[in-house]
Amino acid sequence: MTLATKRAMTAYAFLALPLAFFLAVRFGPMLYMMGRSLTSWGLLRKTSSFVGLGNFREILADPVFLQSLSNTAKYAVFGAPAVIALSLGIALLLDLVPRGKGAYRLIYVLPYITPIVAVSWVWRWMFQSPPLGVVNAGLAALGLPAQEFLNSPRQALPSILAVNVWVELGYCTTVFLAGIQTIPSEVVEAARIDGASARQVLRKIVLPLLAPVTFFLAVMEGIQFLRIFTQVYNMSMQATGGPLNSTKSAALFIYQKAFVNFEMGLASAASLVLFAIIMAVTLVQIRVLDKKLNY
Amino acid sequence: MNRFRPIAAALIALLALSAFPAFAEKVSITYWQYFYQSKVDLMNQLIENFEKANPDIDVEQVTFPYESYQQKVAAAIPAGEGPDVVNLFYGWLPLWVKSGYIQALPQSDFSADYFKKGFYPFVAESVNFGGKNYSVPTAVRTLALIYNKRLFREAGLDPAKPPKTLEELAAYAKKLSKYDAKGNLVQAGLLMQPNGQGHVWIREVLFRQFGATPYSADGRKVTYADAKGAQAFKWYTDLVTKDKVGYPNFSTDDVTAFKAQVGAMNVDGSFRIATLNAVKDLEWGVAELPSYKGVKSNFASFWTHSIASGVEGKKLEASVKFLKYITSAEVQELWLQKVGELPATPSLSAKYKADPVISVFLNGLGPAHATSYVDEAGQRAILVDAVDEVNLKGGDPAAVLKAAAAKEQKLIDDFWK
Repeated sequence: MTLATKRAMTAYAFLALPLAFFLAVRFGPMLYMMGRSLTSWGLLRKTSSFVGLGNFREILADPVFLQSLSNTAKYAVFGAPAVIALSLGIALLLDLVPRGKGAYRLIYVLPYITPIVAVSWVWRWMFQSPPLGVVNAGLAALGLPAQEFLNSPRQALPSILAVNVWVELGYCTTVFLAGIQTIPSEVVEAARIDGASARQVLRKIVLPLLAPVTFFLAVMEGIQFLRIFTQVYNMSMQATGGPLNSTKSAALFIYQKAFVNFEMGLASAASLVLFAIIMAVTLVQIRVLDKKLNY
Repeated sequence: MNRFRPIAAALIALLALSAFPAFAEKVSITYWQYFYQSKVDLMNQLIENFEKANPDIDVEQVTFPYESYQQKVAAAIPAGEGPDVVNLFYGWLPLWVKSGYIQALPQSDFSADYFKKGFYPFVAESVNFGGKNYSVPTAVRTLALIYNKRLFREAGLDPAKPPKTLEELAAYAKKLSKYDAKGNLVQAGLLMQPNGQGHVWIREVLFRQFGATPYSADGRKVTYADAKGAQAFKWYTDLVTKDKVGYPNFSTDDVTAFKAQVGAMNVDGSFRIATLNAVKDLEWGVAELPSYKGVKSNFASFWTHSIASGVEGKKLEASVKFLKYITSAEVQELWLQKVGELPATPSLSAKYKADPVISVFLNGLGPAHATSYVDEAGQRAILVDAVDEVNLKGGDPAAVLKAAAAKEQKLIDDFWK
């Protein structure tokens, strides 16, 4: 055995354990779920039988599931780009700050490292109607009419979305800041000496060099918003994704099907639909964004 | 090798013992309920009493948080790991019977006559499926109008004279509501919380008072969406949309608002007595649900005990004994004193006629109905959403109610399919 194969063997041996763990904990249940999605498995039934694609037909005809998918799309389509644009802006500004960078960064990271349940409940209280909610008290102080926020089918989703954007900002800003710091200063200086304006440096040098980071964040945040659950569960009234299902995400729908209605077959089918959507979106992102990365 | 001999002998002896259960003297059974401090404490005491009287039976109590209770049961019973005696909400009975979680109680111990003599009629009706009885309760609950006496005085109303009719209720609610300069409600005259007790107040009380019958006698046809039912529903939603005396989730929910004294009146159950008594500085009164054109109605519900399916032999005998004890007259009275729920046996009520709070809830039992749910959470959500449709989307109450009834009908049909 050559030294190289020996080394490879050692690496494989060490990797075997995490691999086994990954297979048992991630893949095993996933395959099991795929099988179960074709059955009528429910905890409230004694027997379960093979129903083919019946579960998929049933959930895709369920208006609540369709609404939860469209809500999920809203979270992702508005949420992910908003987070990325805002955090990029904040990171660029932070990079310009000569002093107190650490303090600023801490302020932006704080919401991200706070437990989401706590964040959700604090915001839930801040969004309360008068006389309780701080946000409405602020509006009143400015002479503006009170808003219903989480109580309104039109405002509830944007309210939850806004909180989640705020939470994710910390993470994205940090990653962007790290990205900005990897940009070689010689490149920027050379451009400056050649007479490039600040705007040109930003557009022609900084942003293109940040593309890999942006791409990474676009994929991660896309997934993050597509499977949004905790915020919706904790901020919507009675944890149901209300009012009138206006905030229910696909993940919350799946949870309710599985652990409130105990319809495991239907929940498995819904999970697979969400899985397919997340995979498709990620593949498209990789295709589209990867092309632009090859500069 | 010799060292292991005693261990081996002990193991063989143990195996032999378990192989011949006749030698094992003690029977142990488990009792499951959700966690509610006063219920758990009382049950521990009851188990102690029971074990003293029955030294050959060992009872173990296991509790879970309310939120995950059904999940645990649903996961454990089919796997054969569940309880022997299990506590459940009566509204879950049809589902649990259909899923085969629980078994019919032995006819010899729990006959139809036993229920007829010892329990309120709605109890006997609710636990009977296909002629067999599946469950027996210790206590029952009803609704009443609870109100804040201090807020009554502030509004110039006499706390000794709570509203008696729906017309009076609406008038009082308007007087008790307070708004800020911008017209935002800051004190609700009447708390309107459909996902609290509001949906059953509509379902079993308001519909009936306005002359509608909510369901067919067998509970399989939804019949509330007629003109009279629509009138009742509109009366309720008008209080929210037109009179603005309260709205769903005001100050998070009705119980919080009432405890924080920003809600003057609420329709709530007898199970809330202990909670409200624990609030300092809260001076609260209780009155029978207001009548309408002389019609009284109420909603009764109960938590009840069943024996899980698969329990047999000695364990079944022990479970029956335990069940008999925890539903006995003696325990029913203890339950009232310690937990605050009403005795399930009518004859026991007579003693409490003079109690200013308990007597009101007891009076409610007379005109009470218990909905025969197939999916309590699902059916509740339909009426909750219906109120939201009117309140948040400006839907026409009659049309919204019709759509709700159709949805509920589908739920019921799917269940019995």
